[in-house]
Amino acid sequence: MIHQYQMDGLNIVLDVCSGSVHLVDEIAYDMIGRYEAESRDRILSAMTEKYGHREDVTPEELAQCYDEITALKEAGRLFSGDTFEPMAGELKQKTAGVVKALCLHVAHTCNLNCSYCFASQGKYHGDRAVMSYEVGKQALDFLIAHSGSRRNLEVDFFGGEPLMNFDVVKRLVAYARSVEKEHGKNFRFTLTTNGMLIDDDVIDFANRECANVVLSLDGRKEIHDRFRVDYAGNGSWERIVPKFRKLVEARGGKNYYMRGTFTHANPDFLKDIQVMLDLGFTELSMEPVVCAEGDPSALTKEDLPVVMKQYEDLARLLVQRRREGRPFTFYHYMIDLTGGPCVYKRISGCGSGTEYMAVTPWGDLYPCHQFVGEERFRLGDIWQGVVNTAVQDEFAACNVYAREECRTCWARLYCSGGCAANAYHATGSVRGVYGTGCELFRKRMECAIWAEAVRGLDARGKAGGAAPESDEKKAGREA
Amino acid sequence: MEHIQTLNTRNLCESAKNGGCGECQTSCQSACKTSCGIANQQCENKAERK
Repeated sequence: MIHQYQMDGLNIVLDVCSGSVHLVDEIAYDMIGRYEAESRDRILSAMTEKYGHREDVTPEELAQCYDEITALKEAGRLFSGDTFEPMAGELKQKTAGVVKALCLHVAHTCNLNCSYCFASQGKYHGDRAVMSYEVGKQALDFLIAHSGSRRNLEVDFFGGEPLMNFDVVKRLVAYARSVEKEHGKNFRFTLTTNGMLIDDDVIDFANRECANVVLSLDGRKEIHDRFRVDYAGNGSWERIVPKFRKLVEARGGKNYYMRGTFTHANPDFLKDIQVMLDLGFTELSMEPVVCAEGDPSALTKEDLPVVMKQYEDLARLLVQRRREGRPFTFYHYMIDLTGGPCVYKRISGCGSGTEYMAVTPWGDLYPCHQFVGEERFRLGDIWQGVVNTAVQDEFAACNVYAREECRTCWARLYCSGGCAANAYHATGSVRGVYGTGCELFRKRMECAIWAEAVRGLDARGKAGGAAPESDEKKAGREA
Repeated sequence: MEHIQTLNTRNLCESAKNGGCGECQTSCQSACKTSCGIANQQCENKAERK
């Protein structure tokens, strides 16, 4: 399977199963589109008719182009078949019972009252609560005990607002550090915070102990303050931005993400990205809101073309700023074509409910943070482990081949089958497909690969017509 | 005339032979938390990257 698209002067051909990316001229682009459906003679004749008037195009030249395509096919770099299906589930089977990441809900409470919050202001449709040290410690012990031979263990302090239980967070990290060596483990902590309680102590802790910090900022002040308000209804932008700047400045290059949410109020989210950049933040993530259809903040069909345009312009901005020596990172455009994940990872699904689980303040286990509060998805608890094996099996079976729609999607090895929570909330089934999310994902991948291709060309001094300000030409075509 | 330039990419078919160590980051942990993508994940096993 291949996918062809054009963007800003580049003709891009992806060979889905080998992972190959080809930049081709217009003749090769045309030929590749016909290659599997038409004979050699017919293609060459059609090409002669279409391009024969050009001085640089001769019958020999066209034949040579056809032969180049054939050579790539024979080398397994074009039209390669999907031979991975028998391996689907193999990795999960091999690692059955191994847990390597926990999302610790240390605070089901929040000091902000954001109406779009998927966690219903941190309460996850339940009672307010904070996790005790004893529950948190048992969760870490559970993770160590079930992590098999995995060395790197990920723990995300999440909420609600985790800094409302900061003392427990600090004690849990101290505990993990005191036992990780004897168990041959390396804990990687992440703190996800709205910033309200950041102070020097938090900054010192986060920069010393957290491999990553996720900071919630929606961009423009008026956009941010529309949803991210305190319980008195006051916006939080003015209070958090100076704290975020101080934290990031002190971070000394360690990982962080400035993470925004865009909604129906700001489908033109590139303006919010620009604000983040103007504030000096360079590691950015911007996510579509997750909420029920019909919610006032939900993205509408009319928003989608605007959002698609933002993704394209964002890719152009990324290229432009990189060329100007002012690079930034957009989480969804980070794509390492040479060092990305192996195919096992790409076909195995996201890992929720198997290698990754969320822990509530009471020690209950859920497949991921987005299922917390949905009683039917409760897997068990950190003392007994997983007891609801029927639900776990449902998640274990999620992989690229579990959904019919994914089998014919060119982006399946970039998304691994998508987000089970998005699928559930859109269709009522974790094996469903959240179509809008898929559309956005495919657009992000096209833009990410384009930006990476331009980077490669720039490095070789051959950027050609790939000017970021030129008009985008879209002509996606699957074969 | 050069018609096709192939970028340097990891060969996924080859990675089937020796991948699957499982040390890489869980897909949406530590970042977006509301959508899944694995394209931006790093392979943790440099020795096995092919």
